[in-house]
Formats: sequence, structure tokens, C-alpha cells
Amino acid sequence: MALPAYTTTGERIWFYAYRIFCGLVFFFLIAPILVIIPLSFNSVPFFTFTEEMLRLDPAGYSLRWYNDFFTNANWQGAVKNSVIIAFFSTILATFLGTVAALGLSRSDLPFKSTIMGLLISPMIVPLIISAAGMYFFYSQIGLQGTFLGVILAHTALGTPFVVITVTATLSGFDQVLVRSAANLGANPTTTFFRIIVPLILPGVISGALFAFITSFDEVVVVLFVGSYEQRTIPWQMFSGIREQISPTILAVATLLVCVSIALLTALELLRRRSERLRGMTPQ
Amino acid sequence: MVENVATTDIVKTADGIPLKISLAKAQRRSKIRGMMLVLPLFAFILLTFFVPIFDMLLRSVENHLVPDVLEHTTRELVNWDDRSGELPPEEVFAAAKLDFEKGHSERTILRVGRRLNYEVPGFASLFRKTARRAKNFESPYKEAFIERDKRWGEIDTWRLIKREAGAFTMSYYFSALDLEYSPEGNVNFKDKDSRIYLKLFWRTLSLSALITLLCLTLAYPIAYLLSTLPLRISNLLMILVLLPFWTSLLVRTTSWIALLQQEGVINDLLVGLGLITDDGRLAMIHNAMGTVVAMTHILLPFMVLPLYSVMKTIPPSYMRAAKNLGATPTVAFIRVYFPNTVSGIGAGSILVFIISIGYYITPALVGGTDGTLISNFIAYHMSSSLNWGLAASLGVLLLILVLMLYYLYDRVVGIDNMKFS
Repeated sequence: MALPAYTTTGERIWFYAYRIFCGLVFFFLIAPILVIIPLSFNSVPFFTFTEEMLRLDPAGYSLRWYNDFFTNANWQGAVKNSVIIAFFSTILATFLGTVAALGLSRSDLPFKSTIMGLLISPMIVPLIISAAGMYFFYSQIGLQGTFLGVILAHTALGTPFVVITVTATLSGFDQVLVRSAANLGANPTTTFFRIIVPLILPGVISGALFAFITSFDEVVVVLFVGSYEQRTIPWQMFSGIREQISPTILAVATLLVCVSIALLTALELLRRRSERLRGMTPQ
Repeated sequence: MVENVATTDIVKTADGIPLKISLAKAQRRSKIRGMMLVLPLFAFILLTFFVPIFDMLLRSVENHLVPDVLEHTTRELVNWDDRSGELPPEEVFAAAKLDFEKGHSERTILRVGRRLNYEVPGFASLFRKTARRAKNFESPYKEAFIERDKRWGEIDTWRLIKREAGAFTMSYYFSALDLEYSPEGNVNFKDKDSRIYLKLFWRTLSLSALITLLCLTLAYPIAYLLSTLPLRISNLLMILVLLPFWTSLLVRTTSWIALLQQEGVINDLLVGLGLITDDGRLAMIHNAMGTVVAMTHILLPFMVLPLYSVMKTIPPSYMRAAKNLGATPTVAFIRVYFPNTVSGIGAGSILVFIISIGYYITPALVGGTDGTLISNFIAYHMSSSLNWGLAASLGVLLLILVLMLYYLYDRVVGIDNMKFS
């Protein structure tokens, strides 16, 4: 967007000042995430750049924190727990959420907006309140400090994302396709698996990704509903920052940034695919 | 005409049932099918989420411990007028001896002591001291009690027990709102200096407002830029907004610790540049500033995305038309562009505000003492002081606040319109 020739000096100054301000905001957004990547290769246990690092001296860099991450039983246990908990809660949340979204997208469902509001409330209520309620209740029924408790809690937190994403996909779904399928002799089951599922699949998968990341990133509920046995990566990071702060946390953070980049890419590809399937031009 | 159809010429389906009835049946069946699809999730959320929240509501008022353990005492105290200015009669003391003896052998009396200690400090030790000897108390019990500890001879001690004798109590809410009973039994706010939670609520609200304002100031220009640049470039820049959005919260908090701490990157940089001395390193973390900076960064995408989606729908021709009609760029912006973005500002601001008043992790890690919010106190009462009733009542108050704000959000945006990415 080059400036036209007739702009005044004041307009030019304003234009560049604006651009610089925007540049600074983008810098503010991204710099904290990028800065931890070089810091995680630090050879000494500090959270800052050492002189060797600034001189680009190879001695200033090392993989010792990554090595620590991959050999430390605490961290490896956390990775295993994170994956187990996120996997099961994603499956449950995706199944329950998709089925509910199919019901919610029917035009004749009574009290639709009330039901929708109730179903997505786990997303609205602050995590500390959900955590408090679940902690009190789950300790009474013996679910506190169990994998089942954490998985159920994470499923509850993840379903709103599935419901919203799948409902959004279904809102662009052309009901004529269902009628045509029926007209061409397909029974409801065939219609569901051959027509509806392929079309809403991108929405379901992105809902599942949302549910996965919700569980994978969640720390407040797991701090209270879980215990050391159920420690997840965020749990371990949280207690690590509070107790023995070591750059291993930075190494983990760097790896998690890579995970988010992968997820972001996957979601973008899914969005494009979904729009293509629905006959829109991808942007 | 309608009558005609209904009486003389009823339209029937192939199996001879009137069409109206058949249609109603089909519609009912379809409705039920829809309900059946929603039901599993509804039941699941009910059991794993709503029941716990309801349990928390109950816990914030329930008080069965006191009337259960001090069973006889509370029954006798009903007949005592706490405004009479006299100590309760001998029967109450006799009943108390019974309860203390029983409570001591069942090890429940100390829990009552701890419970009443929340109201008036010193009750835990009073109960512990009394329970150990209650077995040996002999009639007249009033004198025996007072001899063991002279607090038993004070009317306020008995007033408190009588007040907390019910199965439900409002006392946790009173603590959470810094209210107290005056000796006359009226309810007042505590002295300015001993108010904890009102200050905390105020701090939570004001820090959240500050964070919201900062987010808006930073987000508005870049959302405008993103919405006006050609798609190819704006999609690339959008990654800079979405990557932080998708990055784990703890990662972002960790990096702010690395940046802001005393031996951190920014302080090192400032010292290296000679702007501050090595002893004059700035304290930018473990205080309110740490909370504000880190949370502004974390919540900024929540402001950019709604603003962007609103700005995207404003045709550029509006601004051109305004300028064509003689408006200066400033006037055109204020009178034409800005009013069109108000719904985005509303949506983004309420969203950021709601998220920040319930925030726990970031303030816990970078907030120090003056940057902690109400959530941190809820967590503290849950895991450290173990005053679950107070934690629950603070939680309920926060929940009410959030629900009121969501009602507002729903009016502005509509929860149904919530979207991601």
C-alpha cells in the first residue's frame, strides 16, 4: 500500500508513525515466543543470554536441557500422562459433542438457545471456579487424584469447543443434500455415513483438535483434580516455575511452540478443505 | 375454507391417517430424536460440571458441623436470649460439657473449633483447651467452664455459637465481603484497614479494566491494518496473532519470566546499554506490573480477532464517501469508521475483561503479592488455609460477576455467534 503522490507531509508522518506502532505491537506479540527458543539452548542454568551466547560462541550453547527433558523421569511421566489424558478426553468430547451438535442443528429442537448456553457453559465459567467445584465434589466421590477424574473434567471443558465448531460446520450444511440422498434411495444410516459425515468431518476434526489442545494446555483443573500421579506437562511446568526453576522448562516450552505451530497448520488446512467442500473459494 | 378442509375433505396419508395428525406425529418424533441426540452430552455436563458447581454453592452456605457436634448445646441455646445481657443458663453449660466430652472422644470438637476460628481467632485454642478437660468438669458447670478459660464467661463467645448454630450460615459470604457483626448483632463493613476481600475484588476489577484498555489500545490499530492490507500479506501477519493464541499459556508466562525478571533479558539489555546500573535493575515482575504485562500479551489475540472480524465487514467505500463529502480523515474516522466498529470493541472488551477477572495461572506465577487476583485467593483457601467454605463463597461471588458480564456479552454479540480462528 504505497502512499499516493498527493499526500501531505503530515499525512506521511502519521502514516509511518502508524506503521511503526503496528510493527511494535506485532513485535510485542511474537518476541516473547521467539526469545525462549535460543534461551533453551543455553549451556548454563540461567534464564538469560550469556556473553558466550551473544558472541555466538558454540560453547555458550548446548542441548543439555533437551537431554534433561528426554531423560528425566518426572518430565517423561508428564508427557505420558498428558498424552493419555488428552487422548481419552478428546475421544469422549468429540463423540459427545458431535452427537449433540447434530441434535442442536435441527431446526425443530425446543429451547435451543438455552440448551446451547448450558452446554457451552464449561467454557464460560472461569477455570478456577470449575476447578474448585470439581475438587470439592470429586474428592467426595473418590475421583480426586485419579485419571478418570481428570479425564472427565477435561472432557467437560473440551466439549463446548466441539459443539461450537461442529454446529458452525452444520449451519453451512445444505439440507437439500440429505433429501436428495433419500430421494435417490439411501436410508438414513447410509445418508449419515456417505453424505453427512464426509461433509462435516473437517469440522469434527478441528473440534477434536480444539478439545485436544484444551486438555493438553489445561493446568488449573489438573492442579486441583489431579495429583502428582496425574501430573501433565503444564502441571510439571507450573510446579517447576514455582519450585526449582531450570531451563529445562524453556526446552519444553520450545517443543510446545513447535506443537502449536503444527496444530495451527493443521487447523488452517482443515478450514480450507471445509470451505472447498462447501463450495466456497478458500482464502 | 379451513372448516371445509377439516370437516368435509380431510387430507389423508397413504395409510389413511389424517395428514394433520400424521404430520404432528412426525414432527414430535423428530423433536424427540433431536432431544435424544443432545441428551448424552447434557447428562454428562450435568454430572461432571453442574453438580460440582451446585455442590460448591451448597458448600458456601452449609454449616452442619456446628449443630451436629454441639448437638445438645445448640438445642439449649435456642431458649437463651442473646440480648438479655446475661450468660446462658446452667443447662447450656451442662449440655456443652456433654458435647465437649463426646466431641473429644470422637475427635470432632477440634474441627468445630477450627470452624469457629474463621469467625473469631482464638476459638481453636479455646476449644482445644476446654475439650481436654471437659471429662473432669463437675457441677456447677458454668463455673467449671469459666475456670478453665474466662472466655466462656463472655457473652460474645456464646453469641457466636448461637449465631452459627443453624445448618446453614451466611458467615462465609460475610467474610468474603468483609462484613462483620457488631456486638448488637447488626451487620457492618469492617474497618477500612482490615478489609481484605473488598480490596481484592476492587484490585481484580481495576487490573482487569487496565488490561482490557491496554489490549484495546494495542489491538485496534493492528486489527485495522490487518483488515485493510491485501489478503496475502494480512494472512501472513495474522500468523503473528494466531501463534501466540495457540501457544500454551505456561509457555508465554515462562517467557515473560525470562524477559522481565531481575536477571532477565530486558534488565540485562538495559544494563548493557548503560540505561540503568547493575544495582538499579528494575523490578518488573512479581508485582502488579508483571501481571498486567503478561496478561495483556496473553489476552491480546482475544481482542484482535473480534475487532478484525468486524472491521473486515466495513466497506472501504464508506471512508471514501465521507472524504468525498468533505470530511477530513479525522472526522471521517470518528463519525463514520469508529461507530461501525463499536460492536467489535464491545465484544472484544467484554471477552477480555471476563477472562481476566477469572485468571489464575499467570498472576500466581508473576503476580507476587500486589498482582494477585481473586482467583489466587480462592486457590489459597482451597489448598493452603483449607477454609473451603470461604473458597466456595468467593467462587460463587466471582461466578455471579462473570455470569452478569456474560449476559451483557450475549446482548452485545450473542453467545451463538462465538467463533474461533
